[in-house]
Amino acid sequence: MKFGVIVFPGSNCDHDAFFAVSNNLGQQAEFIWHDSHSLGDIDAVILPGGFSYGDYLRCGAIAKFSPVMQAVKKFAADGGLVLGVCNGFQILCEAGLLPGALVRNRGLKFICRELRLRAGTTNSPFTSAAEPGRIYRMPIAHGEGCYVADERTLDELEAEDRVAFRYIDNANGSMREIAGILSRERNVMGMMPHPERATEPLMGSSDGLVVFESMLRVAVHA
Amino acid sequence: MSTAAFSPEIIAQHQLTPAEYQKIVDILGREPSYTELGIFSVMWSEHCSYKSSRLHLKKLPTRGKLVVQGPGENAGIIDIGGGYVIAFKIESHNHPSFIEPFQGAATGVGGILRDIFTMGARPIAVMDSLRFGRLDDPQTGARNRRILGGVVAGIAHYGNCFGVPTVGGECIFEPCYDGNPLVNVFALGVCRKEDVFYAKAAGTGNPVIYVGARTGRDGIHGASMASAEFTEESKQKRPNVQVGDPFMEKLLLEACLEAMQTGAIVGIQDMGAAGLTCSTCEMGSRGEVGIEIELDRVPQRETGMTPYEIMLSESQERMLLVADKGREQEVFDVFRKWGLEASEIGIVTNDGKLRVRHHGQVVAEIPNRELADEAPLYARPHVARVPDLPASTRKPADIQTALPTLLAAPDICSKRWIWEQYDYQVRTNTLTHPEQTDAAIVRVKETGTSVAMSLDGNGRYCYLSPREGAQLAVAECCRNLSVVGATPVAATNCLNFGNPERPEIMAQLVDAVEGMGDACRFFETPITGGNVSLYNETLGEGIYPTPVIGIVGLLKTAAPVTVPFKNAGRSVILLGGIGSCDEARFGSTEYAKEIEKQLWGLPPAIDLDHEKRVQAAIREIVVAGLAESAHDLSDGGLAVALAECCFGPAEIGAQVDIPSDLRPEMMAFHEGPSRVLLSTAHPKEVCEIAARHGVKASIVGVTIEKGMEIRQRGNTLGSWEIAALRSAYKEALETHVR
Repeated sequence: MKFGVIVFPGSNCDHDAFFAVSNNLGQQAEFIWHDSHSLGDIDAVILPGGFSYGDYLRCGAIAKFSPVMQAVKKFAADGGLVLGVCNGFQILCEAGLLPGALVRNRGLKFICRELRLRAGTTNSPFTSAAEPGRIYRMPIAHGEGCYVADERTLDELEAEDRVAFRYIDNANGSMREIAGILSRERNVMGMMPHPERATEPLMGSSDGLVVFESMLRVAVHA
Repeated sequence: MSTAAFSPEIIAQHQLTPAEYQKIVDILGREPSYTELGIFSVMWSEHCSYKSSRLHLKKLPTRGKLVVQGPGENAGIIDIGGGYVIAFKIESHNHPSFIEPFQGAATGVGGILRDIFTMGARPIAVMDSLRFGRLDDPQTGARNRRILGGVVAGIAHYGNCFGVPTVGGECIFEPCYDGNPLVNVFALGVCRKEDVFYAKAAGTGNPVIYVGARTGRDGIHGASMASAEFTEESKQKRPNVQVGDPFMEKLLLEACLEAMQTGAIVGIQDMGAAGLTCSTCEMGSRGEVGIEIELDRVPQRETGMTPYEIMLSESQERMLLVADKGREQEVFDVFRKWGLEASEIGIVTNDGKLRVRHHGQVVAEIPNRELADEAPLYARPHVARVPDLPASTRKPADIQTALPTLLAAPDICSKRWIWEQYDYQVRTNTLTHPEQTDAAIVRVKETGTSVAMSLDGNGRYCYLSPREGAQLAVAECCRNLSVVGATPVAATNCLNFGNPERPEIMAQLVDAVEGMGDACRFFETPITGGNVSLYNETLGEGIYPTPVIGIVGLLKTAAPVTVPFKNAGRSVILLGGIGSCDEARFGSTEYAKEIEKQLWGLPPAIDLDHEKRVQAAIREIVVAGLAESAHDLSDGGLAVALAECCFGPAEIGAQVDIPSDLRPEMMAFHEGPSRVLLSTAHPKEVCEIAARHGVKASIVGVTIEKGMEIRQRGNTLGSWEIAALRSAYKEALETHVR
């Protein structure tokens, strides 16, 4: 399987995502520069964490205008797998590929901490390898990770089984403990915790592999 | 060039003495221009020239078999094997952080990061050594809390956005830092040995290229500000503090590393203190060449800037480089890709001079070497003054209540509130989170080697004896590294002191430097660079002498041995023995500070030879996989260290019985060095290794499922529920900050 990792100016988890899927998952990976108009020959795309465009104006608000985002939208519309982590999740929300928004953490401070999560559904290409009820440990590292949306959207996400991950420790104050969500077509996922930072024992947890292994299943069966 | 003799007032405003001014006239063979006066004043400021400390810094060891680059460059460089090197250094940003805590600390991080990547190394770790006034002081507490909050947020803002993990550090609170907080930032980067770059200009006719942010009027005379005491008027110096843009710095990092790969760059230096002035004359001086620049070509943020302002601006996120003539375009292309402005502002010449033109007119013409390397040098008088502090009237010892009090003391309590605001994981090399191990450990993915690092400094110890205090800091750092199984290899230092023109302050500096030098020689950790910050005084009140040392060590990449006990039923061993203490040596402890509310006597006694053997023993024990947990004894002594070992996820406790005849509070809380607490399923093997190193290993107790108890020769001194101790330890800082 071949992963494309988008590099926006200010992305800083791009190398980490690349390392996780290439070294720890044993798959192919390549960087895609933000002004590319095409994603090339890839099976899935990752929008990594970081501070694209310095998080100026609003997290993800400038990145959504990058040329590559048109290609990402097209890739998503064609059914390609799109994973946005942290800043990548913020960009997907700003770009309208996912509903809702990420605002300042409830405590108004940046938090770097390993948290406990549960998969909200196993019915998705990003969580199909998850065990229902199992506790997954993955770190968060963000200042603006509090997920908010209007009641109707939240109800809809739940009714359509689109909550991919929920916090057990809701450190940032997200509505309904939402840590990650899926698009209506289920091929786009955004999540604030960093699965790529939990892909080998030396990182303190390998629980994040569940996301990438789920994606791998799809590619293998495709 | 219009030159005329300057009035004594103008010269004094530039913090130059009449003799220094005369030296300028002698060098130039004429009166300086106003721009030249400004250039000399920043280059000859204490901050840039080390004129009070240079004589003594020469006493520090700087060579070693792994040292690739010692002092004199932007950072020191050490060979870590496998074709890779690390570049690291520590620097202070004390004065700006008092005037504007958030930006002061943020730009401190930015400055040291540029020092690392200008050498060609990608930064992979940052640590901070912080000092603040007491948070609960009725008069100054509110301000100190605001400074703490601002500094931590500033470090987080810059480091997190840039994408470098902030992996550890230390934070101490004393009234002497009320009007003068210390913000010392350490950074470390890694690169291939053949990819190291130096800040050296070469090749007559080669273009001099300016990259990064535009030059504005911010930070003018920042270096001079950092070379003076604070007065009531200092707050008016807020415009002297620069504003940082970590996003710009991130682009600069990526672009510089990529541009270096083209092979078209000859030399490169960041514009830090004294901005364009410092980078041009230092690069010229190192390369023994001249540099000529035209200020009209310097990208400017504001209109109407004078040559004086352009040369002295300390606008952030700027780099200066020399490229191979004819290959400029390759460099420009990389910077354009990253959306950065790059301009050719001058050329390398063969006359050894810094020549500055503005609108075509020469506004400054100074020999580089005299300007950069021949600043005045002072052998300032130094006369030690032993502080006269009466020994305390003792309170009756109560170990049971003293331990939770100490665990909640600001110096000892968990600093989670601080380090959780830092992304300590980005780049996925951090093998532990802060407080999980005595030293931070960052792996180098390319080599299978990890780098352990530790910062230490103790102002109270150094106030009582600068020489012993500095040695203790070196020993503590090396011990922290040894406890995680790392071999200490090299050091960097940040020397924070008061006004060197006062003989008693100068004596502190001299003694501390000599003590640090001796210890670093002994532990074979040469000092490859660092920084001196003097004039840390507000309204005539100096800080405690606070030399901070950062030491790096190497180990094989593996899951680290951490502080907490893992299993019940294991032997608890105190490696190095219970140690000795007396009334005088007890006066510098956290117990004396928090329980007796006093400071007296001397720092703990250290026997460097014994310390080295203890370190060799614990390294061998840890590397052999015999220790399930390991933690050195430090602030708060045995009882505090034992409690910290109980704060693991399983809250495994311990019961210990100490065969010592010291007074109970001394036995529990003295801070004698050279001691490590470990738990093991293999006590016999551990004791054998210790014996081989001639080190005492006392089996003092056993780990248990629940609770913690300390006995002395069978008498129970205290017994605690771990949850209660843990909440005292964990929640204290947050309570203090509110």
